[in-house]
Amino acid sequence: MKICVLVKEVPDAAVEKKLNPSTGRMDRSGEKNLNPYDTHAIEAAMQIKEGGAVPVEEIVAVTMGPDSAVRALHKAVSLGADRSVHLSDEAVAGSDVAATGYALAKTLQRESPDLVLLGQQSDDGECYTIGAVVAEHLGMPSLTQVIKMDVESEALRCERQAEYGYDTVQIKLPAVISVGDAINEPRYPSLKAIMGAKKKPLDSVTTGDVEIDASKVGGDNSAAQWVAAKAPPSKAAGEIIEDEDTDETVEKIVAWLDERKLI
Amino acid sequence: MANILVYALHYDGAINKNSLGAVSEGAKLAAEIGGEAHAILLGENVPQDLAATLGKYGAKKVLVAEGPEGLAQPLVDAMAAAIQGGGYSYALFGGGLLGFEIGAGLAARLNAGVAMEVTNVRAEGGELIAERPILGDSAISEIKYRSDVGIIIGRLNAFEIKQSGDADAPVEQLSFELSPQAQQATMVTRGEQRGADVDIEGADILVAGGRGLGKAEGFELAEALAAAFGGNSAVAATRAVVDAGWYPYAAQIGQTGKTVSPKLYLAAGISGAIQHKVGMQSSENIVAINKDANAPIFEFSDLGVVGDLNKILPKLTEAVKAKKGS
Amino acid sequence: MSAHNGNGKVAPAQFPPPVNPQKEFIKRGLDDEDELIEVGVAIVGGGTAGLACANRLLQLLADDPETMERLGEVPVAVVEKAKTCGGHNLSGAVMRPKPLEELFGEMTREQWREEGFAFGEVKKEAVYMTPSSKVKLRIPPPPPFKNHGNEVISVSALARYQQRIAEEAGAYILTETSATQLVVEDGRVVGVRSGDKGRGKDGEPLGNFEPGTDIKAKAVALAEGCWGHLTGAAIREFDLAKDREPQVWELGVKEVWKVPKPLDRLIHTIGPWPLKVSSKYGQIGGTWIYPMKDEKTGDDLVSIGFVIDLEYADATTSAHDLLQQFKTHPLVRGILEGGERVAWGAKALPGGGYWSMPKLTMPGALLIGDAGGMVDTVSLKGVHHAINSGKLAGEAIYAALARGESNFESYEQAIEDSVTGKELYEVRNTRQPFQHGFLQGGPIVNLAIATKGLLPPGRLSWHRNDAKPMFVGNTAKSYPKPDGKYIFDKLSSVFITGNATRDDAPNHIRLHKNVPREIAETWRWMCPAGVYEIPEDAPEHGDVDVIVNYTNCVQCGAITAKGGRLTTPEGGDGPLYQIL
Repeated sequence: MKICVLVKEVPDAAVEKKLNPSTGRMDRSGEKNLNPYDTHAIEAAMQIKEGGAVPVEEIVAVTMGPDSAVRALHKAVSLGADRSVHLSDEAVAGSDVAATGYALAKTLQRESPDLVLLGQQSDDGECYTIGAVVAEHLGMPSLTQVIKMDVESEALRCERQAEYGYDTVQIKLPAVISVGDAINEPRYPSLKAIMGAKKKPLDSVTTGDVEIDASKVGGDNSAAQWVAAKAPPSKAAGEIIEDEDTDETVEKIVAWLDERKLI
Repeated sequence: MANILVYALHYDGAINKNSLGAVSEGAKLAAEIGGEAHAILLGENVPQDLAATLGKYGAKKVLVAEGPEGLAQPLVDAMAAAIQGGGYSYALFGGGLLGFEIGAGLAARLNAGVAMEVTNVRAEGGELIAERPILGDSAISEIKYRSDVGIIIGRLNAFEIKQSGDADAPVEQLSFELSPQAQQATMVTRGEQRGADVDIEGADILVAGGRGLGKAEGFELAEALAAAFGGNSAVAATRAVVDAGWYPYAAQIGQTGKTVSPKLYLAAGISGAIQHKVGMQSSENIVAINKDANAPIFEFSDLGVVGDLNKILPKLTEAVKAKKGS
Repeated sequence: MSAHNGNGKVAPAQFPPPVNPQKEFIKRGLDDEDELIEVGVAIVGGGTAGLACANRLLQLLADDPETMERLGEVPVAVVEKAKTCGGHNLSGAVMRPKPLEELFGEMTREQWREEGFAFGEVKKEAVYMTPSSKVKLRIPPPPPFKNHGNEVISVSALARYQQRIAEEAGAYILTETSATQLVVEDGRVVGVRSGDKGRGKDGEPLGNFEPGTDIKAKAVALAEGCWGHLTGAAIREFDLAKDREPQVWELGVKEVWKVPKPLDRLIHTIGPWPLKVSSKYGQIGGTWIYPMKDEKTGDDLVSIGFVIDLEYADATTSAHDLLQQFKTHPLVRGILEGGERVAWGAKALPGGGYWSMPKLTMPGALLIGDAGGMVDTVSLKGVHHAINSGKLAGEAIYAALARGESNFESYEQAIEDSVTGKELYEVRNTRQPFQHGFLQGGPIVNLAIATKGLLPPGRLSWHRNDAKPMFVGNTAKSYPKPDGKYIFDKLSSVFITGNATRDDAPNHIRLHKNVPREIAETWRWMCPAGVYEIPEDAPEHGDVDVIVNYTNCVQCGAITAKGGRLTTPEGGDGPLYQIL
């Protein structure tokens, strides 16, 4: 089995997220990191490989993004991926979720994976959707927000929470699965793996290399167009108590509740 | 014609509340752009009378398709077939997991633009513009569509349910073919309930716990506080802790859980992610206790307490008991 | 009241931290060849000093492929515990530009600013005394305070730039990696060991436990900054502090503000307000306010900070709260009001100067930057010494390795002959007199400054900070109440550092958890991050318990000066400073 894991570089959780006033899009400067949800996807791939139920020949990390995204790939291979593919092309910059999914699907197509894994959401924007877009372009079945996954012969048995409780779905391979953070506890990379990361093959490809139709990607060709960003309607800020003396704090809470006849 | 096709999720003989909201919203928007809202249901022997009731929420026509329930890809096939039949400019989804999956798949199938987590849609010059909060709801972006069809996926509870009449809508059978990928997934069990059954939707006072409680046993503090309030109070939980097995699924608030609007919502150790916020933001009074002063929940709480739960909850429990006793 | 539980009779040194550095932090011998990682040069600490060493080494190696080849697959590795280089770095900072100009010869100062680590040349400056909370007196800048032509920089941003240059030149930067042990074999440093990851509260391995690894190196540069964890162990192991004065320490707390109108000058204030300079309280400190023009965003920023000698006697002394108090002065309000705080951080620094510098070399390793005590606390300058010493260390290591040798002693003389040796020698006796009190010591300090170090002659000694008996005074009474907008408490400050310490990580701070109240109060007030707490029901006098909220820790290191011991946290934990 060959597993491809889609990864993404996102601003570190510690970095305050703000808009770039000139583009109306998110300012992506500052510290970046591998999207935490994606580490769960890599771990899920590793657990399949180490679980031994099916032989896994290769785990390939795939990303799309600027030059700095190479760091996310290094992290992905230090966590266990065997090699990585970086779709790096000015032409895809600013793509919306549909165009991004198309470009990633074309990049994946060249790899012919049996299983595509990804994190169910990223901290910096689109959520829950990219897996379904990629699956549609690849003509594969897909399931998102999976929190348990067992490999059976030629199929996966997946569990997730849906609108009415837990669903268990059997999916035949090849398939695209996005995972939630409850699926596993990602490992730490060993120092050897971190140092070896730069030595693992990294294939940098352009839109031409993977036969992406350039007229379908990029900000100007995206069907969903961000026209403006505005401030949300302001809500009166709530009262804040910093707990210094807990007895006093509790007294204040009780008084607040009492005033509103909540006790 | 600028018609809007609205997905309606049904389960166990009832239409999902978010879908009712989406149909109501679709009807309102369609009127503004000079079209009709049509709803679509898919399942095994969908009851015709159930489908027809969507007329009361403004659907002028309801399409019913035969196929496996609870999975997204059959709906992508069905909705694509309907849209390719002509007349539709937009597809609209209420909040919920399936809506995200179907909407995204449909966008890929139709080369259409998609906006998700939408909280408001407005009509302008015969077109729809979707508004989506971003960056932890600190800004709202507006999305326009360049494609023939625009796909709008609402945030949970974003669209208000509005009954606009009493008339049933005509129901039409939609024939379509399942794509190869849609035939690769099979529902084994659906809607399984795990853990104890608790009623949180009817409670007046909810003490909700998140990861900040530290461990499953941390919920004892929340339970003690709820007990101190007495009467119609209960304990709720976030998805993260339910998935981690700390608390039963039935107590889960948010995107894939329940939506509540109690008189008092006391959030203990909950950061306030969007997925949680959508399930509780219409509570009358929101009190949040969290040690992270930067937790997003403080931005929509009425009273925020920055501090250690392990210190505050036991004392608060005692104080509430004392107050009630006095 | 008995003498035992009176107020003011106990010194932190009476409660040494439960730690045995040589046993715990020195590893005797390397693991088997197939388990370890071999590098050419291992640099511990990716701050300005360690990275200057890496930058210089790689410049020299680029012209010498033969030596580069001999250093193996990983010629230079930098071990950094923060999420990124610069993440734990903080300084004022107004820098003498020359060493950095020499290090990156092809770069102009305009390019520094475009890169986002430099914020403008000092054109105007002012020094004030603040006799009270309302009054300021402008005084002519004493010679050490003259900064005309210097550059305002951010070390956390500079380190990020240096990291990029080092990586491009072939260095391996191992971020999120703590160096927890110095590996010594046959009396020689042969490498360092990285820390374990994935241990629980009690040190137990969790499901995703990943053990550390020995990093074998031909040369080890310890650039750990103030209170280096391995540096301390090395000093003991190789007796590097023999015949030197003890090190003494200062603690700085800094904020960066975005301000509505640019500040047109560099400001230092030398008190006495809000400090109590009597010998009973022993508070010696000062402040800085530096203008910063961010070329990338166009924002007008201001760096403001309070620095205090950790020599004071009142346990309720808190550098963080003193900074907040200082901000209430009209001088500061006029600059900051209408603005917004964008960053906060804290860091200790070595203050002993020339006589307190340990011997800088040992077999297989050397010390650079703050780890070697190379800070001039008279003119408030350390960054250029960090860069200079890193650069000289790089040259000494290269020279030795190119010859196939491993003796780095030439570095000692190189430091002595350089700007670092000269400047530190000049102020070698300047600050010790303050240990006898600001007023008593003041005249001698002035004499030392006026004579450029010729007087007083000889060597003035220091006593250790933790030998100072503490009492619970009333400094805290005048701290302003936080409003969350202009005056901030410690916790909300820690939160904006991006501190992401795992909640169930093991405690990395060693100290006695039951001590006399004077000591407990000292820790509680001193710590800028609110790490130490005393239970509400603790007795008024006598011994009390100390609660250690170690996940708040921002790695400032002050605790080590006053009776505790900071060790390295799990790699990746701690703050993520951005423009400090």
